[in-house]
Amino acid sequence: MHTLTLAEMRSALESGDFSSVELCRHYIDRIKSQNEALNAFVSITEEQAMEAARVADQKRASGNLDGALHGLPIGHKDIFCTDGVRTTCGSRMLEEFVPPYNATVVEKLKAAGAICLGKTNMDEFAMGSSNENSYFGAVRNPWDNDRVPGGSSGGSAAAVGGRLVPACTGTDTGGSIRQPAAFCGITGLKPTYGRVSRYGMIAFASSLDQGGPMAVTAEDCALLLNEMAGFDERDSTSIERDKDDYVSSLGNSIDGVKIGLPKQYFDAGLDSSIATALQVAIAELEKLGAKFVDIDLANQHLSVPAYYIVAPAECSSNLARFDGVRYGHRCDDPKDLEDLYKRSRAEGFGREVKRRILVGTYALSAGYYDAYYLKAQKIRSLISRDFSQAFESVDFILGPTTPSPAFKLGEKTGDPVEMYLNDIYTIPANLAGLPGISVPCGEAEGLPVGMQLVGNYFDEARLLNVAHQYQAVTDWHTRLPE
Amino acid sequence: MADDAESVVGNEVVEQVAHLARIQIDSDSVSNYASEMSGVLELAAQMDQVDTSLVEPMAHPVRAVQRLREDVVTETDRREAFQDIAPSVENGYYLVPPVIE
Repeated sequence: MHTLTLAEMRSALESGDFSSVELCRHYIDRIKSQNEALNAFVSITEEQAMEAARVADQKRASGNLDGALHGLPIGHKDIFCTDGVRTTCGSRMLEEFVPPYNATVVEKLKAAGAICLGKTNMDEFAMGSSNENSYFGAVRNPWDNDRVPGGSSGGSAAAVGGRLVPACTGTDTGGSIRQPAAFCGITGLKPTYGRVSRYGMIAFASSLDQGGPMAVTAEDCALLLNEMAGFDERDSTSIERDKDDYVSSLGNSIDGVKIGLPKQYFDAGLDSSIATALQVAIAELEKLGAKFVDIDLANQHLSVPAYYIVAPAECSSNLARFDGVRYGHRCDDPKDLEDLYKRSRAEGFGREVKRRILVGTYALSAGYYDAYYLKAQKIRSLISRDFSQAFESVDFILGPTTPSPAFKLGEKTGDPVEMYLNDIYTIPANLAGLPGISVPCGEAEGLPVGMQLVGNYFDEARLLNVAHQYQAVTDWHTRLPE
Repeated sequence: MADDAESVVGNEVVEQVAHLARIQIDSDSVSNYASEMSGVLELAAQMDQVDTSLVEPMAHPVRAVQRLREDVVTETDRREAFQDIAPSVENGYYLVPPVIE
């Protein structure tokens, strides 16, 4: 059952091959037997899920379907607020936080009939590229338990990669959907900024954060995005624009599409095993009729420096809300209000979160704003302009998702800057607000390799179709860890 | 911005910024934070390679402007639900240590 895609499961449920109860039971059993090794889930909502599955089967029997995902199991990254279900964001600060409302994404997927099996582990407040920053312990890569699954949506990626659940939600601020998708051999899409509502998605860097689907195939990502996307008046940055039908365009030919290859993406910093896998993938796409041209993204190398100012600055502001007063962790026996704030935050936040709050506070403090935050926002304009110019002559941009395959646990925890450089290929799309997808395209040292495609604003439907056409002629996305 | 990592952020700056951010930092970890913050700010200094004096800062990725809405109540009062999850409340108020002696 767990080798099926969401789309295949949907057909199987329709034709009565198995029930939602059987399907959810199967996955919950897989979670229970494998989560100890992977640590992909921080909460398993077995009771609610099995009850929802029973209701889904009853409704199906009476011909009354909720929507396109009726009775299909999914997981939610533990950054999305779930009414009555603990939502930790990977932090001690929210270890016992039970939200009194659902995130819009949670609400929409539920309305479409999806059944949540649990909440997935993540880097604390989505800050990290390896999932080693979770208060609930590191997540392990299903392909090699000594390696990281990537981050920050590492629990979601490991869960889908190990087929503990067929699909998950994720969020991507600097690559947090695409990078773990690449490390765990799955497909992950970061939509255009503003395409998916941020309401109820715990904020990290508000000008960059975007939720999206993580699944086995591009087709499954399209099924999920069809439900997740759309305008939400409760998110002031949600874009007032109709969503597309991301599924109906999946049969289109990609003969004649033009794909740009930025020379900056194929330089010396790229692991040769990744470069080799990409060359093979490019040849496959050429067979499907895609035309490749070299392009120049001249300011690409400034993405990481700009991001590691913008993201900490916005995080320092967003995380000011965690004060030990209204919700979240409070220290014992505060001697005064300042002590309450300072110790609650010192105890509630982990090291990486504190470091970013400090960097962000510094960058926004009097006298430094122009040199850091304003400068970084200007660099963003340059990076965005490079992309806009490229999209005048190409439909998509192709490159690696990550500089190397999944690295070992502990390998990069000693130096924050070295860890940050893992995000070099994913950050530019966040800075510009563009949609990007990571698709499995090979193996290196027995580990999955991801290919990244970036599209123009709101071009998710065509982006998903290119990935879908590629997956129709390749089988990397079907491979499972041992 | 300085070239020398040691001189970008010193211990006093860490303590000052930690106070602004209302985070208590143990005295024995201050210098670690200083060197890590310096590392990040050195990375950020690479931005100085480009002259951006004529570049407009990005305000929004897709150049959207802030949406306005009618000035009407859109949320229901859920004070009890929200205070249920607070560390300490009494009679509808959040409790904190006395601010004025």
